[in-house]
Parts: sequence; C-alpha cells; structure tokens
Amino acid sequence: MTLQALDLCCVRGERRLFKGLAFSLEAGQALRVRGANGSGKTSLLRTLAGLAQAESGEVRWRGRGIAACRDEYYSQMIYLGHAPAVKDELLAWENLVYAARLQGRIMARADAEQSLKALGLGRAAQLPARSLSQGQRKRLSLARLHGAEGEAAPLWILDEPFNALDQDAVAVLCAALDQHFARGGMLVYTTHQDLPLHPAQALEVNLDRAGGAASVATATASAADAATGAAAAAPKQAPC
Amino acid sequence: MLTAFTGVIRRDLLLAMRNRADVLASVFFFIIVAALAPLGLGPEPAMLRTIGPGMLWIAALLASMLALGRLFAQDYADGTLEQMLLSPEPTGVLVAGKIVAHWLTCGVPLIVLSPLLALQFGLPAEQVTVLMASLLLGTPILSLIGAIGAALTLGVRGGGVLVALLVLPLYIPVLIFGAGAAVAQDPQAHLLLLGGLLAGALALAPWATAEALRIALE
Repeated sequence: MTLQALDLCCVRGERRLFKGLAFSLEAGQALRVRGANGSGKTSLLRTLAGLAQAESGEVRWRGRGIAACRDEYYSQMIYLGHAPAVKDELLAWENLVYAARLQGRIMARADAEQSLKALGLGRAAQLPARSLSQGQRKRLSLARLHGAEGEAAPLWILDEPFNALDQDAVAVLCAALDQHFARGGMLVYTTHQDLPLHPAQALEVNLDRAGGAASVATATASAADAATGAAAAAPKQAPC
Repeated sequence: MLTAFTGVIRRDLLLAMRNRADVLASVFFFIIVAALAPLGLGPEPAMLRTIGPGMLWIAALLASMLALGRLFAQDYADGTLEQMLLSPEPTGVLVAGKIVAHWLTCGVPLIVLSPLLALQFGLPAEQVTVLMASLLLGTPILSLIGAIGAALTLGVRGGGVLVALLVLPLYIPVLIFGAGAAVAQDPQAHLLLLGGLLAGALALAPWATAEALRIALE
C-alpha cells in the first residue's frame, strides 16, 4: 500500500506553485504539507485526490496511476476539503447517511448517530445542519472519517482538519488519527497548528522553498516530540 | 450503483421538500405564463385552440430552464459536488440521479397541471392527451440537455444568461416536435421523434454532464 507522487509540477494561472515534488507514503505514515497561505497546499491535496490535474508528473496508488485505477482508489481514499459538504436543510444524521450513500454504502441511522456521538454531537444529531455552529459543522464533516473506520479506507487526505475545532474536538480527532495510524492507515494533511500525532513515520513537504522546488523531509523524532510538548502547552489557533 | 443512484434521488427530493418555495417558483411561473396568455391574446376560441399547445410548450420550456440554475449550484457551493466526483460510483450515474430528481420536481408538476391549463385554451380532450404525452416525452429531454448547460456554466458569473444561450438552440427541436405533436393530424411521427431524442439524450447527457462537472471543479 503506497501513495507515490512522481515529479509533480503544479501551475495555477501564471504561477508555478511547485515543481519536481516527489514522495512515497507507506502504511502508517503521515505526510504534513507545510507552506504559507497561497503556497499551493490545497492544490497539492486536490491533485493527490485526483480533483485537479498536475501540469506534469503522476500520482500513483499501489503502483498504478490514480486515473487508471479510479474506482479502487476512490473506494480506499477519503478527501475532506475546505468546503464541509454539509447540507443546511438536512438533519445532522441525515447528512451522514446520504454522504455514505453517495459513496455507494448504506449506513443505518443508528450508526450515523453513533459516529456523531463520538465527535460530541450527540444531541445535535437531530438538528438541521443550518442551526449548527461553525465548529459543529466541521465535526459533522469529520464524522465521515469515523463512519469509514470499519470500511477499507486506508488513505485520508485532510485539508486543515483542525480549523474551527475546540480543544476537546482536537483531542478527539488526534486520537482518531492515531488509531488510524495504528491500523496501518495513511494520512496527508495540512495544518498551521503543531499537533501531537504519532504516525509510524512523519514526513513533511515544504512548499515555501524558493524557485518552487518542493522538498520532502522526514521530521525527526525529537522535533516531533518538541512540537508535541509545545502543542500541549499552548495550542495555537491557525491564522487563516 | 443502485444504492448511490436512489440515494441521490431521495436526497434531492428531500431537499426539494424542505425548500418548497424554490420548486414552486418554476411551477408558478408556468401557471402564470399559461394563464395570462389567453387574457392577453383575446377570447377568440379558434385562435386560442391553435396557439394553445405552443403556448403551453413555451411556458413549460421556460419554466424548466428557470430551474436549471439550482441543479448543481448548491452542491457546488457546499462541496457536495466534490464528494460526488470522488465517489467510487461512476459520476454519470450520480448525475443521472440528480437529473431524475430535477425532472420529478420540475417536469412532472408541469405535466400534471397541463390539462387544467389546456382548459383555458379550450383544447379538446384528445388534443390534451397528445399534449400530455408530448410533455411526458419532452420534459425529461429538457432536464437532460439543461444539465449539460448547467454544468458547463457552473461557477461562471452571469451563468444564468449563458445557460440560456447554450441550451436554447438544443431545446428548439424538442419544442418543434413537442408543440407540433398536439396540433398535427397524426401525432405519431412527432412523438416517435421525441422518443428518439429522449433515448439519445438519456444515453449521452449524463456522461457529458459528468465531464463538464469535472472541468468545472478543476
């Protein structure tokens, strides 16, 4: 199980966001995409998800291009972008049930309510999504990950999953991500916060390098631990 | 595949139920245009009977076009469309589900109301039957072709006008055969042609729409 990026180059309008980006992500590993606002983090994630085409280069899942194995890739990958994909008119649990059906899965109401409870939306499950706060909507969007745990979705691509979440929800999500790593799951994510995650190996892509050539580095254990301590002491709110 | 297809239809119908004002807007538009025409054109029974089917068809066409803007705009804005493209199910099937739901909320009410409005034009019973048959075959074509236009203009400013420009030329054959069926001596040929158009649109439109959506989201 490998997600590979080969020599990715991304151009948006006149600007080249990055070029020559290559990495290989194995089971249990996490890839954090770093960069300033507008450096191309979301573009990279959308390219990995197959929503955007790279100017050149290729994304491979289990050794095959993602366009060639579309059905297999999309049944094993979950992408949560900036837009929460939440319908205001539907109740919170209905949102989950219909999101699952779009993926071709049937989810019972009880399962949906269970997922929402795990993210602290127990009572809000019966409310229309319209009346949820920003943070609650984010939780509702993230509840999809919980629903997918039993299924075979080893790759999660999350764009700023910690935005708008309070400390409790951040802790719950971190625990869920650690469980995901323990099951051999893979994660590609962006965040402006330093968080205590424990993947088998933490990789980093930095899109801020001059010349647009992105670099991939392995975050050392000590740096990760230091970040853990810092995050535990003072969780920072992402400037966005 | 059926799970996703019926799931999309059920979700869209539920959303339409909870947003009734949106759906009723295009139905009211249909009623108003069809009800005002006899008042504006004068009470000559022979003339009303000749223009009746054409007027009803034009009203149905415009009402159906009015609703196109809503087809994908909401899903696009809240990110649901992204998730639809990332579904392991074929995008064309999900799109077909959306088109069916659109037809059920914007096409079927027009067909049901058409005999009532035909009374205003004094159409005889057999002509009303043919008119309903032509609407039954024609309104799904309007939804199918309209979906391509709606997908192509997604996220474009002033998309409403652009949709009309893109879609109207393709609507014209439907209008000609649809309205023609009700006034023709022998409507069979017109209805068969409409059926042919429907079969073609059914086979091609969902996939064309899916491709257009993929481009719109890139």
